[in-house]
Amino acid sequence: MRHLLSTRDLSRDEAIQILDVAEDMADVANREVKKLPTLRGKTVINLFFEDSTRTRTSFELAAKRLSADLVNFSAKGSSVSKGESLKDTAQTLAAVGADAVVIRHASSGAPQTLATSGWIDAAVLNAGDGTHEHPTQALLDAFTMRRRLHGAASRGKSLDGLTVTIVGDILHSRVARSNVWLLDTLGATVRLVAPATLLPADISTWPVTAGFDLDDAVDADPDVVMMLRIQAERMHAAFFPNAREYSRQWGLGDERLARLRPDTMVMHPGPMNRGLEISANAADSSRSTVLEQVANGVSVRMAVLYLLLSGSAEL
Amino acid sequence: MTYLITGATLPDGTTTDLLVDNGVIAETGSSLSQSGATVIDAAGLTALPGLVDLHTHLREPGFEQSETVLTGSRAAAIGGFTSVFAMANTSPVSDTAGVVEQVASLGVRAGYVTVRPIGAVTMGLKGEQLSEIGAMAQSRAQVRVFSDDGSCVHDSLLMRRALEYVKTFDGVIAQHAQDPRLTLGAQMNEGALSGELGLAGWPAVAEESIIARDVLLAQHVGARLHVCHVSTAGSVDVIRWAKARGIAVTAEVTPHHLLLTEDLVRTYDSRYKVNPPLRRTEDVMALREGLADGTIDIIATDHAPHPVEAKECAWDEAANGMVGLESALSVVHASVVASGQLDWSDVARVLSSKPAEIGRLSGYDAAFVVGSPANFTLYDASASRVFGTEHLHGKGVNSPYLERTLPGRVMATIHNGYATVLDGELLDAPTVAESARVHRG
Ligand SMILES: [Zn+2]
Repeated sequence: MRHLLSTRDLSRDEAIQILDVAEDMADVANREVKKLPTLRGKTVINLFFEDSTRTRTSFELAAKRLSADLVNFSAKGSSVSKGESLKDTAQTLAAVGADAVVIRHASSGAPQTLATSGWIDAAVLNAGDGTHEHPTQALLDAFTMRRRLHGAASRGKSLDGLTVTIVGDILHSRVARSNVWLLDTLGATVRLVAPATLLPADISTWPVTAGFDLDDAVDADPDVVMMLRIQAERMHAAFFPNAREYSRQWGLGDERLARLRPDTMVMHPGPMNRGLEISANAADSSRSTVLEQVANGVSVRMAVLYLLLSGSAEL
Repeated sequence: MTYLITGATLPDGTTTDLLVDNGVIAETGSSLSQSGATVIDAAGLTALPGLVDLHTHLREPGFEQSETVLTGSRAAAIGGFTSVFAMANTSPVSDTAGVVEQVASLGVRAGYVTVRPIGAVTMGLKGEQLSEIGAMAQSRAQVRVFSDDGSCVHDSLLMRRALEYVKTFDGVIAQHAQDPRLTLGAQMNEGALSGELGLAGWPAVAEESIIARDVLLAQHVGARLHVCHVSTAGSVDVIRWAKARGIAVTAEVTPHHLLLTEDLVRTYDSRYKVNPPLRRTEDVMALREGLADGTIDIIATDHAPHPVEAKECAWDEAANGMVGLESALSVVHASVVASGQLDWSDVARVLSSKPAEIGRLSGYDAAFVVGSPANFTLYDASASRVFGTEHLHGKGVNSPYLERTLPGRVMATIHNGYATVLDGELLDAPTVAESARVHRG
């Protein structure tokens, strides 16, 4: 793997390999010394053009546990948010000898532009680009699902036969896109549920079924329900009338929660709007994987950095 | 200056010699001779009337880092053009007689092509108040085409008034048809691909609904309407319907919308970012058919040069637009001539006589007829080349065709009886400026 730009271009074998290496990394996290010397001497840059303490911290921990030198090139208030171009920033990072650039950018495709422009030689890791993709989020979601299903026997397993329902703002969600491609690659069946305004205009080419009715989707007995964060500004742009109506129609409230099987996983990429797209009970129930997702994020990001920078699959 | 062009093939397929003297076609026929004439061997070359671009962004005044009247004129000449209409989105905006006269005189001084300024419909392109349309029409620049291109004249009442008002001056409104509310933040054609790439969609309906409104307004007030850069199959249908009802609407399509599709956006390479955006294959096919059956009247380039930094960035931060003058004829050749939908006489119509007629530009109604102004280009249709920056002669290098193989090559361009391109190369600026000065007398 040269870069990780999207899950769409991951093969099934590559995806399972990443998840398996992440299992090894998770083992490291359980040791007394949570650190591997593997990436000593490598420089990883966190290049965040958008604020995201959660994702940035997760990558930071991942890089440090692999003994890489990590530099946060955070954007807010620095030159990158003051109109310095992606090109200038990339050339600066190339000049200081970055081996990998973890990029979060508000523009869809910015990581691909960085990877293909010739401005920099480093491995490019997409940490979320606009409304396009967020591949490590989907990988950590898949990792979490696999662990819930198979526990210690997860290595080598796919998600064949799993049914996953993703609910909410599909149109603007990079998490949804990355999950759709990866879950399909791993053998899961994906159903999308959203108001028509928040589904892309044409998803006929996506490997999914889609509907508007969350109750129908709940009654279809999915193995996983993934709730997406809804942003308040969407109601001002007439995507839906108000928070109360959204919550009533597309929120995972207590009544819907009760209709799910006890072992149905409830997932959320965070940060959650409790009481809007997800009730407090749903977020805190035993079905919820929210905290596992956070922990697994570090393992998956360690795996990806390792595979990108060590050029080997052996630990 | 006297030129003897030997053995040229005219658009109708006949072969002739052409004697050019004193700015006009002096004689046609076979085995012409003239002592002292510069002989251009045109055997195997297609002679086309001087191309006329109704939609060029020359960027001067105000954006000289992107293009100037001189550099844009050079790009035009090497593309076979002898006239261009310069869009009004300059700085200051071309909304007064002073600015349009300045643009016109810069064109005269450069001499490569005839530069006809387009006047803004509304002051500052703001869509609020009509600009001084009469003053521009009666100025030395003789403006007949008015456009807020880059912005749509969205207000229905203002559009109605503009259509009515320009009738006074035999003018035409050239509308950039784009509903601004339906295209807030739009980045590419709205469809399956925009959903996948996570880029905000520019829906076809945002173009089609404005065209539908405008043709009805044009009918209601009995005015002429010209639709810029038609890009969707639905727009072709609306215009076809309007023409069937006898509405005085004309329409243009760009070379890039005849050849390229939205699939190129997959690369996130901002050279493919343009407004209106590249569309689906079905749209490209409908545009070609509409051009072939006369629903779409003309081809215009929408030549839109930008400095490199405006394109060297993430997709949604990049400027819209492509340069197109230098490649236009080759792209038309590749898209609709090679497919058999247009022959060279059709090309002469859609790229010369018809745009001149719409823009009320004289001298283009009887090409290659003795006594008519000598504006033509000699095109080697058998040539083929890998298009590169060495083929670009304006300031912009934002061409979507770089590294593509394109057919054909302009070998000579004659403007007002003097050469701007010979042996496939541009003549230098002082030479052309001097020829232009001599021609003016
Ligand atoms: Zn336009």
